[in-house]
Amino acid sequence: MPEAKSGSKLLFEGPEWSFALLEKARDAIEEIALNDLGLNLYQNQIEIISSEQMLDAYSCVGLPLMYQHWSFGKHFARDEALYRTGRQGLAYEIVINSNPCISYNMEENTMAMQVLVMAHAAFGHNHFFKNNYLFLQWTDADGIQDYLAFAKNYIAACEERYGIDAVEEILDAGHALQTQGVFRYGRPPKPTSQELAAMQRVRDGYAGSRSLLDIWTDATLGHDSAETPKDAPQAARRKNMNLPQENILYFLEKHSPVLEPWQRELLRIVRMLAQYFYPQKQTKVMNEGCATFVHYYIINELFSQGRLSEGAYLEMMHSHTNVVLQPDFDDPRYSGINPYALGFAMMMDIRRICEEPTEEDRDWFPDIAGHDDWRHVLRHAWANYRDESFIQQFLSPHLMRKFKLFTLVDDASQKDLVVSHIHNRAGYKAMRQALAQQYNLAYLEPDIQVTDADLSGDRRLILTHTVRDGIHLDEANKDEVLKHLRRLWGYEVTLDAVETLIES
Amino acid sequence: MHHFIDRRANPKGKSHGNRQRFLRRARENIKDRVDRSVRDKSVQDGKAVPVDGEQVTIPARGLQEPRFFHGSKGGNRRHVLPGNKEFVVGDTLPKPNGGAGQNGRQASEDGEGEDEFSFTLTQDEYLEILFDGLELPDLVEKSLVETETIGTRRAGLTTVGTPNNLNLVRTMRNALGRRIALHRPSSRAEEELQSEIEMLEALPNRSDAQEELLAEMRARLESLQRKRKMVGYIDPIDLRFDTHVPEKIRKSRAVVFCLMDVSGSMQDREKELGKRFFLLLHLFLARCYEQTELVFIRHTHHAQEVDEETFFYARETGGTIVSTALDKMREIISDRYPPQEWNIYGAQVSDGENFGNDSVRCKKLLLEDLLPVCQYYAYMEVVEEDAEDLLQDLSAGDDLWQNYRAVKDQTEHFAMQRVAHAAHIYPIFREFFLPRLKGGQNA
Repeated sequence: MPEAKSGSKLLFEGPEWSFALLEKARDAIEEIALNDLGLNLYQNQIEIISSEQMLDAYSCVGLPLMYQHWSFGKHFARDEALYRTGRQGLAYEIVINSNPCISYNMEENTMAMQVLVMAHAAFGHNHFFKNNYLFLQWTDADGIQDYLAFAKNYIAACEERYGIDAVEEILDAGHALQTQGVFRYGRPPKPTSQELAAMQRVRDGYAGSRSLLDIWTDATLGHDSAETPKDAPQAARRKNMNLPQENILYFLEKHSPVLEPWQRELLRIVRMLAQYFYPQKQTKVMNEGCATFVHYYIINELFSQGRLSEGAYLEMMHSHTNVVLQPDFDDPRYSGINPYALGFAMMMDIRRICEEPTEEDRDWFPDIAGHDDWRHVLRHAWANYRDESFIQQFLSPHLMRKFKLFTLVDDASQKDLVVSHIHNRAGYKAMRQALAQQYNLAYLEPDIQVTDADLSGDRRLILTHTVRDGIHLDEANKDEVLKHLRRLWGYEVTLDAVETLIES
Repeated sequence: MHHFIDRRANPKGKSHGNRQRFLRRARENIKDRVDRSVRDKSVQDGKAVPVDGEQVTIPARGLQEPRFFHGSKGGNRRHVLPGNKEFVVGDTLPKPNGGAGQNGRQASEDGEGEDEFSFTLTQDEYLEILFDGLELPDLVEKSLVETETIGTRRAGLTTVGTPNNLNLVRTMRNALGRRIALHRPSSRAEEELQSEIEMLEALPNRSDAQEELLAEMRARLESLQRKRKMVGYIDPIDLRFDTHVPEKIRKSRAVVFCLMDVSGSMQDREKELGKRFFLLLHLFLARCYEQTELVFIRHTHHAQEVDEETFFYARETGGTIVSTALDKMREIISDRYPPQEWNIYGAQVSDGENFGNDSVRCKKLLLEDLLPVCQYYAYMEVVEEDAEDLLQDLSAGDDLWQNYRAVKDQTEHFAMQRVAHAAHIYPIFREFFLPRLKGGQNA
């Protein structure tokens, strides 16, 4: 632990915070973040909110500008009940992937907590959002606030014009298909210039009149000249509709025979937001690991510069320790691997491998073991990986021993669970592979694709669920989602499960 | 550069719209639970609904957010877990029963699959749902009494007014628009020209060209100044004033007379039922009127006006003469509540016993004195729990009941019911106040 120097340079004393103190602390943090860690940041906008507002933000998936929907009201009611009865605390902060980077700090926090939270969110997460390739390629930090405002107003206008029930019906159905509303692999097909122009025309009209809700309809676009002739072979038909298609919402938006233009725009809003959140789902461990590492480094640095009192430092360390706690699998508190714990441990481990590599590390990580700039190695990792690839690349035997990892195989054909690997030489590689798989969203989320739709025939929509490792969909939920799907498609929908027999 | 923004003062309840949509969606389920809770509720502390809201638990049916996700059973799965203590490769563990394996990650995201959903309704929401669909009786036939006072309300802008009503923002905006439209030279342009002239004037000896320039600039300055004088900074036509117009403010207020027999035959059970009834009535009317007052009259063989506490809990012995209470009510109305200013409601609870032929007098009092000034009068008779015959047959009953039935036949805004259980109160209350489409249907 670094020694505190005799302190006249303290950033603050006592638990009370004020805007002047926050400003001072922010400057000190920024100094370390930019000049020491070499972070690359969006400009920060830090907002102080009350617990009530934090609950609000909570229920709307962290986006205060979110459109209105009953499910957010439901989440609010549940969170509020949990919070009021003390069964659940509130997060200290929420941070939004936007430019400027908006983070919310609670007014109830002590000054020490405000500093910790600032270092964590406004610097750690901020850097990650601005530099990670997934966020760069798939989200538009500059435009998200404007898009949310557009979506909120548009949906409110639709409710006024078509009724709350009509809008709710489409949004419910859209939400049910949210996880199938993202492009996982291919870039989303770019709208044609014709489509773009039509969209622009309509949005201009919308902005001007606030009542014209038609988007690119056949009328504005002109008839689809490439419409499939009646007897087109199946292959041509599928090619025409970009089939197979993993993004079901996209497919419905473009090809559903029954949706009104405004309903298509609603689906579009749902899928745009699903896509916006997709990188966050894929980088939970890294994102939290990065933010936790940054706050840990910064507060230690501040303390060793003598700018934090011992009391404040201990308060921060106490909170930090709680956050990175990893209960064992047989502990009643266990609820999966804590992304903060794993992420933070991996970041610290990478630094260790650079600074004090062992022989084993040199074998496993020849590229970074003994590297003379751990900051560079970490920044590079933060920028170019997601959870799955990050674990695959950087989880070290040292850490697997530290977490005492083991693999349990749960095979339906076996009577018992079997321990297949433990943290020893024979197990490292396979275990790392299995853990990485546990963070592979494409594996965790069912693989469901639109495979065919005979628009000129009986208009049946055919979806295919590719079953992996014999794991099927939850039946009750599947039936409910299919009802929503029928509403959006307007005709019969079938979902076929196809078993794959690859792998051993 | 602003790094920090204080949002604490922002309006609260941003998610209000979401909440309303949620309540709307779950309305039926919530209504069901609220009705049930009011039936079972004890009314010990004088308040049916806690101020900080009412906890309700509703079935989650209709509130699910279904998703496609992997089921928790079957297939071939691998879980990497932390905290190995003594396992070696090949060890086996029994499968946990029916769960998602020790690793709960396959469980649904939202704790869906729970069959019930608990949350807190605010007092307003609770009452709104409780009294959903109920109306004040006889809204059409007898107009509600409203008192009128004169207030003022803003009514846009005018061009004339007193200085204290000057609307600065609009005035300055007009002035700015007019100055731009008429190209009024700015004071800075004037100053610049002036200083240039002064600079030229300060030169000791000027060339011809400079003299010419000076003359031209002086002319320009003069025209500029003239124009500034003609096009004023603020002109009377820019002025805008806020105006206010007088407005009649209608205010409705109501008084509820709670009449209860407290003679020896009325035990705690009867009083408890009466109290539930009065409470509901008060809650309901308090929502319909801006101001509601309660008057408690209890009677044995004589009547007294008392406070709430005494009304419900004090003991009294004596005979029963119902008309004394009606007399008292008439007296208080003429003393304190002129019918042209107050909406008057009567509610009476009794066990149906009365002295001698006093019931005839009650009928007369009601028909001649009270019902003409009342918006509504409700009579509730508390009978024994095993008095099936009385509950079934509404034509059977004692003197008082028979006389009241005669009243009922003659007037629209009089209602009567019998109850034996606490659970009867709320349905009967609803019956009293259901919108009356086809005239009175009860009793």
